[in-house]
Amino acid sequence: MNWSSTSATDRLSHAGFLTTRGTALLLKGARVIDPAQGLDKVIDLFIEKGKITHIGKLVQADLPKHKVINLRGKIIAPGFFDMHVHLREPGREDKETIWTGTSAAAAGGFTAIACMPNTDPPLDNSGVIKWVIEQAEGGPVAVHPVGAITRGREGKRLTDIGDMVQEAGVRMFSDDGSPVGTAEVMRHALEYCKINDLVLSTHSEDLSLAGKGVMREGEFSTKLGLPGWPSLAESVMVARDILLAEFTGGRLHVGHISSAESIDLVRWAKARGVNVTCEATPHHMALTDEACTSFDGNYKMNPPLGTPEDRDAVLLGLKDGTIDVIATDHAPHTIEESQVEFSLVPNGVIGLETALGVVAKELGAKKFLDWTDVVQKMAIAPREIMRLPAVAIAEGSEAELTIIDPEAIWKVDPERFLTKGRNTPFGGWELPAKSLGVINKGWLVLAPDARMLIS
Amino acid sequence: MDKVKARIMDAADIKRTIMRLAHEIVERNHGVKNLGIVGIRTRGDHLARRVFEAVKSIEGEPLGIGVLDITLYRDDFRIRKTGPGVQITDIPFDMDETTVVLVDDVLYTGRTSRAALDALMDYGRPGRVQLAVLVDRGHRELPIKADFVGKNIPTAPGEEVLVHLKEEDKVDEVVLVETAGKE
Amino acid sequence: MALQSKHLLGLEGVSREDITSILDAGLSFKEILNRPIPKVPTLRHVTVVNAFFENSTRTRISFELAEKRLSADVVNFSGSSSSVSKGETLIDTIRNLEAMKIDIVVMRHPLPGAPQLLARYCDSKVVNAGDGAHEHPTQALLDMMTLREVRGEFDGLRVTLVGDISHSRVAISNIYGLQTMGAKVAVCGPPTLIPRHLERLGVTVYTDLDEAIRNSDVLNVLRIQMERQDQGLFPSIREYHALYGINRERLNSAGASKDLVIMHPGPINRGVELDADIADGPQSVILQQVTNGVAVRMAVLFLLAGGNNELE
Repeated sequence: MNWSSTSATDRLSHAGFLTTRGTALLLKGARVIDPAQGLDKVIDLFIEKGKITHIGKLVQADLPKHKVINLRGKIIAPGFFDMHVHLREPGREDKETIWTGTSAAAAGGFTAIACMPNTDPPLDNSGVIKWVIEQAEGGPVAVHPVGAITRGREGKRLTDIGDMVQEAGVRMFSDDGSPVGTAEVMRHALEYCKINDLVLSTHSEDLSLAGKGVMREGEFSTKLGLPGWPSLAESVMVARDILLAEFTGGRLHVGHISSAESIDLVRWAKARGVNVTCEATPHHMALTDEACTSFDGNYKMNPPLGTPEDRDAVLLGLKDGTIDVIATDHAPHTIEESQVEFSLVPNGVIGLETALGVVAKELGAKKFLDWTDVVQKMAIAPREIMRLPAVAIAEGSEAELTIIDPEAIWKVDPERFLTKGRNTPFGGWELPAKSLGVINKGWLVLAPDARMLIS
Repeated sequence: MDKVKARIMDAADIKRTIMRLAHEIVERNHGVKNLGIVGIRTRGDHLARRVFEAVKSIEGEPLGIGVLDITLYRDDFRIRKTGPGVQITDIPFDMDETTVVLVDDVLYTGRTSRAALDALMDYGRPGRVQLAVLVDRGHRELPIKADFVGKNIPTAPGEEVLVHLKEEDKVDEVVLVETAGKE
Repeated sequence: MALQSKHLLGLEGVSREDITSILDAGLSFKEILNRPIPKVPTLRHVTVVNAFFENSTRTRISFELAEKRLSADVVNFSGSSSSVSKGETLIDTIRNLEAMKIDIVVMRHPLPGAPQLLARYCDSKVVNAGDGAHEHPTQALLDMMTLREVRGEFDGLRVTLVGDISHSRVAISNIYGLQTMGAKVAVCGPPTLIPRHLERLGVTVYTDLDEAIRNSDVLNVLRIQMERQDQGLFPSIREYHALYGINRERLNSAGASKDLVIMHPGPINRGVELDADIADGPQSVILQQVTNGVAVRMAVLFLLAGGNNELE
């Protein structure tokens, strides 16, 4: 059965993107940022057969036949990696497929994504995981499936973690969507994952404290009469997992951190030398629970939008390095599911195609971070945490690049997204930066308005 | 603003006309026994009070006075977006076996009077109903006739008669205006 | 004359002028209810659907009477709350009804925000008859109409809501409406039944009933639901009655003013939150509230149906 008859690259070209392989490229005049090497200068890159063959001030006449892409004023970075994405396939192809999801990732400027295991069947064995990787093989975006920690994500028995590592190359495990409810199971998971220096990404939610909550408990849940759950339900679990990580010596990565207390706990843990990292989403740095007053389902996610104090804590955490990674938690849902009463809307919002713009708006414009820091948090840190090979911008490396226009002003039009989902909280927003394209696995993907940069 | 074409009645004219109407009402009804005066809001209410005072000064005997709000009975209910809200109807005398004299400022299409009749009938069961108006400007759209008319003022299309009363408009006068657009 | 909004979804953000228009119109309609023919033909061109997705006999009857007194055509629709998995969605249900040419939907629904959903995706005018724990604007309006009759002015009037505030749409709507009109609002109840951050709405919070009584001109006593006991939010009825029950003895010992007004949205758990000696006594305006309920609902329907319509 063909849930999506068009591959990711076909989908991109139907939407007006240029998608080609094989042509040699001269990327001229861009500011090339690679924090891993301390590189930040305006310099040309030459790419041939998918590799970077020359870096420097290049003269066209000396080079083999190629196309030139004029990138004066633009930025080139190592390919961005979104380490928290829900691809919905297998099981809910009506919401998103691997092809539609990766085309959205490419459009958003990502060359790689890590997809969560809450599919149906779940990604809790090497067979399904290998299949997912194969689906994405021919496309411009690499998919790194995250294996489930427990079978069926039920929180009881560990999955065959070693098998998934050896057979399918899995580097990170998570029960995301659900917490690992029992401390003992989490302890064993952290201990077991020390085998291959694996990292566990957690969904921190104490279900008994969260109860029937559909938004953050606070002033606005009171005003709206909606049941809320306190940020306590998140921080109680973050505290538990930090102590378990310290005790076991395992590696912990706190997913979608959203509250001030949780961020303080991670700061404290790092100071103590605990092996903990964490990520935050663009929506948690841009929005607060007040957005729910319209009862618009596009503001419903888990963890819910926090208070202004929480949002400020996320921004500060990104600035002082407590928060290592920016990841979208891209969670597409169908339109039918979104046009119902707020309490019944499924949790989650899409994010691949707005991430860069929202980050630039919230962090860049307010001078919290500069582009080097953004590259660090969206390209370098995710691969470090997952112990994946770094992407270096150096002669002889595989070309895996994200091209950014840091001055583009554009308006978010959900109808034009490549993701199947339309559940975005940023509809109609004016954003101050966007991805112009990606180069990866021999592919060049260029946004419709960037095509004119080619000569 | 509508353009005033002519001033048909001034304060003194209105005073005399009201006195004449009062005499006519008393004459037709052979006195004030079982008689009640009900004004149609808003200007009909003020006129009714003046007629009431005039009748009292003529006969020296008591009679009923009330006010009728017809907002809920208008057939153009859906069109009006502005204006005073619905207000109280108060007819403190018993309408059974009573002649009710409805008082309004201008009789035109007759729709207001029809609405007033409906409202009155839902309120109680008057013995008889008579209609007294300060101005009749013709162009009836319903078979309604006034029993007591202050002044007949024929109007052409594009013209309107406005009654101004001290209680609402700071001056007593009846003017003929040219309407700017649709009424 | 017409209200500023096409709908009545709640009292949050509703202006003083609009509330006053409704209360004033309510008085006229109350007078009509006392006539031998308590009917006016005003809404005979209007069809109203009472879409009740949550059981409520009293509110539905009150609305139905209001609609019929205005000569509107009335259709009653009751259903279990909808969700995509259970069957027809809420939006589809209402759109189906709209295809039969209806004008106004009066809706009660267990989930907050359901009226907003309708207002966004459907064409009819929407009156919120209670959406979960969010708002119940007509209840607050009839409460205010009653208070205005009994006390005249709202400015500085000290109104305290007593009981389960955290699950009460009556409380929320009253807080918004009374504050707009200049009253001073307070709440009183066990800490487990008072929502967090309520003070941010400008409301004083008492947990001591005696203190609340001494500082109030009006007590609006809310019904306590037995399910809250099952959820562990208060220990027992006996305890609740002892600490928060309103009766003559309690009012006397707290030093309540003789003019203290007692209200209750009904139905009353006699002997729990309110004893008979007060419920049936001279300070109680509970039955007046019920009468005013029909009048206020007539006012709301009249003002919504009449305003904002285009010339045909």
